Amino acid sequence: MTKTSRPQKKRLVDYSKWGYFFIAPFFIIYVIFSLIPLLSTFVYSFFESYRIGLQQVGPNFVGFANYKAVLESDFLKYTMNTLLLWILNFVPQILVSLVLAVWFTSSSLRLKGQPFFKTIIYMPNLIMASAFAMLFFALFSDKGPVNIILEGMDIEPIRFLTKISWTRALISIMNFLMWFGNTTILLMAGILGIDESLFEASRIDGASALQTFFKITMPLLMPIFIYVLITSMIGGIQMFDVPQILTNGSGNPNRTSMTLIMYLNRHLTSRNFGLGGAVSAFIFLMTSVLGFFTYRSLMSQYRKSPSRKS
Amino acid sequence: MRLSKKVLLVSLVLVLAAGMVFAGGSKDTAKKQGKVLTIYCWNDEFQTRFNDYFAAKGLVPDGIEVNWVITPNQGNAYQNKLDEALLRQNSASERDIIDIFLVEADYALRYVDTPFTLDVFKDVGLTSADVANQYKYTKDIMTDSKGVLKGVSWQACPGGFIYRRSIAKAVLGTDDPAKVQEALSSWDKFDAVAAQAKAKGYFMLSGFDDAFRVFSDNAKTPWVGAGDKIQIDANIERWIEQTKTYTDKGYNNKANLWSAESWAGGMKDGKVFGYFGPSWFQDFCLAPAVDTAGDWAVCTGPQGFSWGGTWICAAAGTDNIDLVKQVMLTLTTDKDTLVAIAQEAGDFTNHEGAMAEIAKSSYGNPFLGGQNHIAYLLESAKKIDRSSMGPYDQGMTETIQASFADYFNGSVTKGQAWDNFYKAIIELHPNLKK
Repeated sequence: MTKTSRPQKKRLVDYSKWGYFFIAPFFIIYVIFSLIPLLSTFVYSFFESYRIGLQQVGPNFVGFANYKAVLESDFLKYTMNTLLLWILNFVPQILVSLVLAVWFTSSSLRLKGQPFFKTIIYMPNLIMASAFAMLFFALFSDKGPVNIILEGMDIEPIRFLTKISWTRALISIMNFLMWFGNTTILLMAGILGIDESLFEASRIDGASALQTFFKITMPLLMPIFIYVLITSMIGGIQMFDVPQILTNGSGNPNRTSMTLIMYLNRHLTSRNFGLGGAVSAFIFLMTSVLGFFTYRSLMSQYRKSPSRKS
Repeated sequence: MRLSKKVLLVSLVLVLAAGMVFAGGSKDTAKKQGKVLTIYCWNDEFQTRFNDYFAAKGLVPDGIEVNWVITPNQGNAYQNKLDEALLRQNSASERDIIDIFLVEADYALRYVDTPFTLDVFKDVGLTSADVANQYKYTKDIMTDSKGVLKGVSWQACPGGFIYRRSIAKAVLGTDDPAKVQEALSSWDKFDAVAAQAKAKGYFMLSGFDDAFRVFSDNAKTPWVGAGDKIQIDANIERWIEQTKTYTDKGYNNKANLWSAESWAGGMKDGKVFGYFGPSWFQDFCLAPAVDTAGDWAVCTGPQGFSWGGTWICAAAGTDNIDLVKQVMLTLTTDKDTLVAIAQEAGDFTNHEGAMAEIAKSSYGNPFLGGQNHIAYLLESAKKIDRSSMGPYDQGMTETIQASFADYFNGSVTKGQAWDNFYKAIIELHPNLKK
């Protein structure tokens, strides 16, 4: 009896060891390349550490001085810039993406040439953001093609990049163009996950397209919708490449298109890891809080609604 | 157990072997000539000079590869990359050891007083007789606090006003450099001509930053004073005032320096009267960008000035010291080479005697309609005084131009522009104080 049970136990233990072995690479790489840098950012934020040319200053422990310096800077202004630029591109993006996702997945419409259009709308995302920004910089420069067309139509040329509203609009349009395809595909995946019989049932009951959308599609799409919202928000807070290239890193006019990560990047030119660390810590905090509350508020509604009906 | 021991043993042997290979490698490179000449620079100006006047003469020995590492200047990108590489110089592989790096006037002083640059005489092996003909100011800049020369240049950079002959004829009725100079000999006269040009539909200057160097080069106080305090010279204030007036009155074309719009102003249907610049600006920047060769000329303009300059530094730890010496000798001291560069490319080269000879000769620059511009710039070259130069000049120049563009465009007040300038420069150099 005892003889037969022992080897069985051993075998079980052996197999579970292999499990750890297989997941180990991820954890090792994560710790080395993500966790340690992440934690060291927080450590750096308490030190004065930068370069003057070839001369290294610090690291000297300075307590919360870097955090104080960040709060005394225009950090709030850059936060508002970032959120504004994100909202300006996210609102049209989610509306267009929802409409496209519903159309593409609708069994009653049966659109033709779907693969073609799905590819086309995803295309802008394949271009590097910096190349895309360079393209817009050239298109909308003072004597660029857009102004030449305007002149041809007897319209006064616009110096786009010297106007606050135009600069912000261009950044938002670029982010919109780059990301609406991606969002559409994510939402489509969500809608395709909804049981087709529900749509059929609503059609038989005579529901209009709008009713179907608000009563069936949206509630059941909520988890994916929230996923899209939160990932886009985190992406929005980290917005960098497009405004950086378009405004040559200056966030002009008058630093109104300076985003948080652009501000962070300005400290990294002088390898100012102390102040940079403090800025990063604030961004980390903001992302966590915003993400947490968005998830809580939207998911609680979604969880309550079925219970109310039942 | 056996397996793991074997693995351990093998890996141990490998690590030891690798260690020996690397240790042996670094010892060897210190002794023998390296196979790769690594040069750090920010554009292809020196690369063209090197290829045309050094490599083309067969001076690069067989088996030596020239490794160019080119990083643009803007936003301190070049300096940051160079700094990283210099700090790693001792542990770098043979290919990555910097042999030569170039520095520009705007930040040359960051490298002069450091152990990262070699003594041109003692370490590299040039003699003071070799550099006797170079312009004194080019040597003064590169001389450290102990009186040691740390770098040499092939050019001197006296600047002038490079103007369109056809537009000068239309506005002033003459394109003769002497007469144009007379009409532009002071800022008041320059302003008056700007108004005349405007009335005829031309722009006196291309953009906001075009006259900046004329003012900043004549500044008497360095950008950063004692205690890392930022100082603003009266000449910088004058640039701001003048540029605002010019912008509001429409005397300039509002183009950014180096932009496509700026060069478009110098094309056949362009409306820009002229650009301020030294000879490298004309031969390296303007000439390749415009289709109006021959329709240009140079005069001194309202104020003499100099702009830029590139120096060749030998990096401490180089493994090609003989070749570095050869590069310096050929490109910055050899009279024939310097005369050839001046006559073929139009660059104002760093040899007082040769420049004086060319000035007297019948040399004519085809881009400048046959004008002997060397003769015109000869006097300015002698007067160049760069004593107010500092290590922060590049950051200061880029930042003040970017911050004040908003003011010239009318999006912010002057006070806000100053505010943005201080914010941006302290982000760039955290040690500086307002």
